[in-house]
Amino acid sequence: MDALSVPKLPLDEWTDQALDFLTENFSFLTKAISEHLENIIVNIVDGLMYFPPWIVIALFSLIAWKIAGRKVSIFTAIGFCLLWNLRLWEPTLETLTLVIVATLMAVLLGIPMGILAALSRTGYRIIMPLMDFMQTMPAFVYLIPAIPFFGLGAVSAIFSTVVFAMPPAIRLTCLGIKQVPPELIEAADAFGSTRSQKLFKVQLPLAIPTIMAGINQTIMLALSMVVIAAMIGAGGLGAEVWKAIQRLEPGMGFQAGIAIVILAMILDRISQKMGQK
Amino acid sequence: MEKIKVVKLTKIFGEHPEPALERLSQGMSKDDIFNQTGQAVGLDKVSFEVQEGEILVVMGLSGSGKSTLIRCINRLIEPTSGQIFIDGKDITSLDHHALLELRRHKLGMVFQNFALFPHRNLLNNVEYGLEIQHQEKNSRIDKARAALQLVGLAGWEDAMPNQLSGGMQQRVGLARALAIEPDILLMDEAFSALDPLIRGDMQNELIALQNRMKKTILFITHDLDEALKLGNRVVLMKDGQVVQVGTPEEIIMAPANDYVKRFVENVDKSKVLTTHSVLTPIGVVAYPDDDPRTVINQMKAECLSCLLVIQRDHTLLGVVRIEITTAALERGEKTIANIIESKVPTVTKTEPLTTLIAILAKWPGQVPVVDERRKLQGIVINNSVLAALAKRDIE
Repeated sequence: MDALSVPKLPLDEWTDQALDFLTENFSFLTKAISEHLENIIVNIVDGLMYFPPWIVIALFSLIAWKIAGRKVSIFTAIGFCLLWNLRLWEPTLETLTLVIVATLMAVLLGIPMGILAALSRTGYRIIMPLMDFMQTMPAFVYLIPAIPFFGLGAVSAIFSTVVFAMPPAIRLTCLGIKQVPPELIEAADAFGSTRSQKLFKVQLPLAIPTIMAGINQTIMLALSMVVIAAMIGAGGLGAEVWKAIQRLEPGMGFQAGIAIVILAMILDRISQKMGQK
Repeated sequence: MEKIKVVKLTKIFGEHPEPALERLSQGMSKDDIFNQTGQAVGLDKVSFEVQEGEILVVMGLSGSGKSTLIRCINRLIEPTSGQIFIDGKDITSLDHHALLELRRHKLGMVFQNFALFPHRNLLNNVEYGLEIQHQEKNSRIDKARAALQLVGLAGWEDAMPNQLSGGMQQRVGLARALAIEPDILLMDEAFSALDPLIRGDMQNELIALQNRMKKTILFITHDLDEALKLGNRVVLMKDGQVVQVGTPEEIIMAPANDYVKRFVENVDKSKVLTTHSVLTPIGVVAYPDDDPRTVINQMKAECLSCLLVIQRDHTLLGVVRIEITTAALERGEKTIANIIESKVPTVTKTEPLTTLIAILAKWPGQVPVVDERRKLQGIVINNSVLAALAKRDIE
């Protein structure tokens, strides 16, 4: 095989060394972040668990009604009632919290990066290959380095979820801004707009539908990753699936799987409507 | 006074303009320069000026550089060399901040495809220029409302741009430019996207608005009829160069070269030419205290069936007809004062030939040309109108 007997490039060792270095020097910081974030997540879940499920379901349905109208609201109510009935209430809330926290972080990081990629050529050249990397690297690979930094559990799950789910937010923000017709940019320039006036008064408002489509995609990806992240102790519905696999119980697995599908549909319908507004 | 002065403005598109610029100054053609350097020549030493309060139309076909030219005036496109003076100040050397100020206060721009902001209602669209100047909210709303009223869209403040027809959208575009109260309006093919009827209406409205506002307007078009109708003067461009500058009449009557000649061939000259160009000096006229016999003799000598009557200060009184004068002579009247017909069609110097032709079709005699105080300036006779219209064909 090794006709030229070229020695193997020790990419794996280099990566490990780099990670070791980073863990040694920065893990005190990441561990601190991890503890805080873990507390926040536990508090949110506990807070939601404190109320009887029907109140929480009513609240979610109301939110769905406000954003997406009657149909989605009814669907939300029925869906959550089913999940409650299947005795999956707590894992559902855990998964939902993880998805929302991860999405918020992905959006908060992704939109500015998308803006940067749209407005600066250098930004574009750096961010785009980075995103190709993020999107094509198998999602499981992120799980491994997350553990030394954030420990087993929800925060590692969120970290890898943010990395995995951020690209659509970046890409579609960038696309939305680039799609603004050039004559509108020209008009904004002709009246003497500064760069930030142009961004906030013309480019971003016109990009909003596209950005919202990106956020919808981010939510969907976050949900799928949060389920996978059960492997590193993220809990939630993913943990139910994981348990079913380990015990070889197809019924239990299907039940948890259906719960994920219902949650995904609710999140999708609501976030789609947010974009159309 | 000149409001805008453009001096040897040159634009080379491409990252390294120097070699192209050098070849251009050696007189090499646009195509050769492109083949040798890969740089495209947009404008080639364009010079002209725009007088305060006039509509100057830059006319050329696509690729002639007219859109590049108008964008150089507010530096949406950076000129490669040459100067542009606005109110005597060279704006090609302005820094970023001064440039923003210039765009915000001096130059209002109207675009071919309207370029209204689809997420803002009409009021907010018109308000945009004032908003980015950080003007106080109430005052800018008042100004925006006034601008919408000016273009005939009062009551439409809350409508969204996509609810409007093309003509109405362009009114909003015009209102948006007028709202910042600029000295200069830059109109880039402003009416080209409208259908012909609406376009005609908008042209008339622009002329009417201009009579009230007296802005300095630089108007770009590819439509010669539009250029001749709107322009106090016209700049004709081809391949990034100025071919001819002149009044519409000068361009029609004295095309600078074959290119312009081919262009103006199909123009309806009767719409462009004015009475001024067919004016004949006052010949024989009568005065109210003239004796009928003298008047008859004058008419016979000139082969006329009627004669214009004026006062000593040249105020037009009317005409006398030969048969009525003969009757008056037989009745023994001493002067023609009692037989003057005051009903006589008149024209002013600026009236287009179309109006004149309509009058000549019904009125047998000479048509008097008067100024606003009804003083006789000259006359128009059938022959001179025909000659003006036929001029090209005779040549």
